Amino acid sequence: MGMNAHWDKTMNRWLKIDPREGRVSLNELPRLAYAELYDDLNRCLQDENFHVASYFGVTVPEGVLLICLVADDASGGVWLASYLYGEGGERILPSLTAVHPALHVFEREMTENFGICFADSPWNKPLRYAHDRADRRQSMNCYPFYAIEGEALHEVNVGPIHAGIIEPGCFRFICNGEQIVHLEIMLGYQHRGVERLLRETDNRLRQTLLCESVAGDSAVAHGSAYAMLVERLGQRPASEVLELERAIALELERIAVHLADTGALCMDIGYQLGQVACEALRTIVINTTQAWCGNRFGKGLIRPGGSFYPLTDGLRTLVRNNMEEVRRRFAEVTDDLLDSASVLARFEDCGVLTRTQALRIGAVGEAARASDLKRDVRASHPWGPYGALIVHEPVMAAGGDVFSRLKIRLGEVMQSISYVNTLIDRLDEIPEKSPRPDYTFPLAPSALAFSMQEGWRGEIVHVGLTDAGGRLCAYKLKDPSLHNWLGLALAVRGEGISDFPICNKSFNLSYCGHDL
Amino acid sequence: MLVSKLKVLRSHGKQFIPDLQGVKLPDTFRGRPRITGPIPSELAGELERICPVGAITAEPFSLDTGRCVFCNECAMRAPQHIVFTSDYRLSSADRDALVVRENAPEAIDFRADKVRTCIHRLFGRALKLREVSAGGDNATEMELNASMNVNFDFSRFGIDFVASPRHADGVVLTGPLTENMARALEICYNSIPAPRILILAGSDAVSGGLFADSPALQRDFLDRYPVDLYIPGNPVHPLTFIDGIMTLLGHYRREPWLQAQ
Repeated sequence: MGMNAHWDKTMNRWLKIDPREGRVSLNELPRLAYAELYDDLNRCLQDENFHVASYFGVTVPEGVLLICLVADDASGGVWLASYLYGEGGERILPSLTAVHPALHVFEREMTENFGICFADSPWNKPLRYAHDRADRRQSMNCYPFYAIEGEALHEVNVGPIHAGIIEPGCFRFICNGEQIVHLEIMLGYQHRGVERLLRETDNRLRQTLLCESVAGDSAVAHGSAYAMLVERLGQRPASEVLELERAIALELERIAVHLADTGALCMDIGYQLGQVACEALRTIVINTTQAWCGNRFGKGLIRPGGSFYPLTDGLRTLVRNNMEEVRRRFAEVTDDLLDSASVLARFEDCGVLTRTQALRIGAVGEAARASDLKRDVRASHPWGPYGALIVHEPVMAAGGDVFSRLKIRLGEVMQSISYVNTLIDRLDEIPEKSPRPDYTFPLAPSALAFSMQEGWRGEIVHVGLTDAGGRLCAYKLKDPSLHNWLGLALAVRGEGISDFPICNKSFNLSYCGHDL
Repeated sequence: MLVSKLKVLRSHGKQFIPDLQGVKLPDTFRGRPRITGPIPSELAGELERICPVGAITAEPFSLDTGRCVFCNECAMRAPQHIVFTSDYRLSSADRDALVVRENAPEAIDFRADKVRTCIHRLFGRALKLREVSAGGDNATEMELNASMNVNFDFSRFGIDFVASPRHADGVVLTGPLTENMARALEICYNSIPAPRILILAGSDAVSGGLFADSPALQRDFLDRYPVDLYIPGNPVHPLTFIDGIMTLLGHYRREPWLQAQ
């Protein structure tokens, strides 16, 4: 309480929002001078409970408005403020990245999209080569890769096309023999202009589908973030049944991907038994989702205002039975995995991201939790059944290595299975069904709303602004991958380059979620 | 140690599907649409308007599965006229055959006559593919991986994904083809020894899908090189992919008149 009061005073220029509310009128949005924004961010980010959930520019009639959302994990609050670029006559802004490296992605995006200059930024490189970047002369062909001179060093380029069936991205290694000295990851190949398409259409079904496609393995998480956002703008809170069904879908998504990743990690070290067992278990889970909504990735399930796919009694029995089957068999796989010295030898102490590093780069989600940094929206900024029916205690690990990230998955599969059962039990007590989707309810004019979800990778944040006519005129998405890619780059330092695949799999970050 | 492995094996059992053609997907699965006409013109106009990808044409009524993202909204608005059946055999060698019209035959016409003659001869017994994702959202990519997993085990037919284009016979493209990937895709495609095949997997690859109007795409590549197989889906189901490749190679047959028998 004392700390909260302290921060209320420090952040007195900011608007504090209850994240369960998540909506403000644009004329309430505090507008600060850049020096004030800089000072407040600089100070609050020294407390590790604070992190920037989103920080982005939008074009307004007066110029470019920078909007910043700061999440406070201790109080569960979200602080909001803005700054009109150049309002005080300044063209070059002091960079916060220099003090708080976690902000590099936000500042790089502002430079790329709007040409905003940050002085003293240590790493102000293009982020994703967006099609509407301020400087079209910036070309992917001349990305300024970091270079180190030295006779003992050589460079290895991997990508953009990788060996397996995965998305494209360019990894440039500087190696000393087989040992990785430095890795730089250049992304942008997947850029599809999602945010632009979102604000250019009035068809809310189309907007829903675009969000489902931000990252196909997180269709439920991003779809739910969109649905929650427009429901907030429309003051149409979802019914309890709908909230429960969405949470079940989200936990099924988490279970499915964690199983897939566990299998993929096993595959990469030649532990075939673990691989095939996990593949088969993942099939059970995604086929459960398919039986529910016709799509193995849950596409079509999440819609604003309602759902076409109620979880019927028959489906509830199917989900329960399949969860029990997965729980039983995955426990056996876990036992065998933890009992195999040759498996542990590859995972333990490999690809370490220290807690300090995770904090400094603003890591979120399972990667943060594996480095003993408790970032989990289900616990810090709960929504729907979280914080009420489910009081979430995040699965944590302290090693920061591949094995810790694997242990988070092993623990979360079991935890999510128990959550699914709890959610269905509650669903059984409610006689109502969800309403059908509604794409046409009016949205509050001149408002800002945000939504946060804990997808299986971590914190997803969507922010939407409406114009005076109640039309969605700006949309900002954040996938957890945006922060965590740098974590991968740091984690592989000092490792043999042949361990890169398992380090990469242990993070399993999204390219399209980053590139948008 | 050994005991724990035996336990896993016992529970794992036998996972592979012996008869891939015999699998029936659940009724909820959204595959080939069936359109029962005539659709009143007012309703047809509404469906054309709400379709988020412009897959529906009102007059005469048609649904282009090469654009469709299988969201099911039209079927929910007009359940007496449109049903997405669980028929996952969605692919064709002919782009135009993906367009479904009122009272169409109960199968997508594969148009085997459109398949280049060298394909059966050269690749009929073994086909190695290089996958390139160019803006794919990782869903179709994961389904292509799944087609090789313990359940579907597609490589039993001599069909595999390989790492190097030098080892490949063709490219499977996923994603709407972003401007930022256009160059890499073309380099990869041209690194494959001729004759090479090109397969578009997923509605976004076939037409751009949701992203068709995005200025961030660069789809010129598809105007310059011949496409051998179009596979709709959002994402492509492993069975849809397997059926498409097997039909392309002449191992499966799918002609409307055969389906009717």
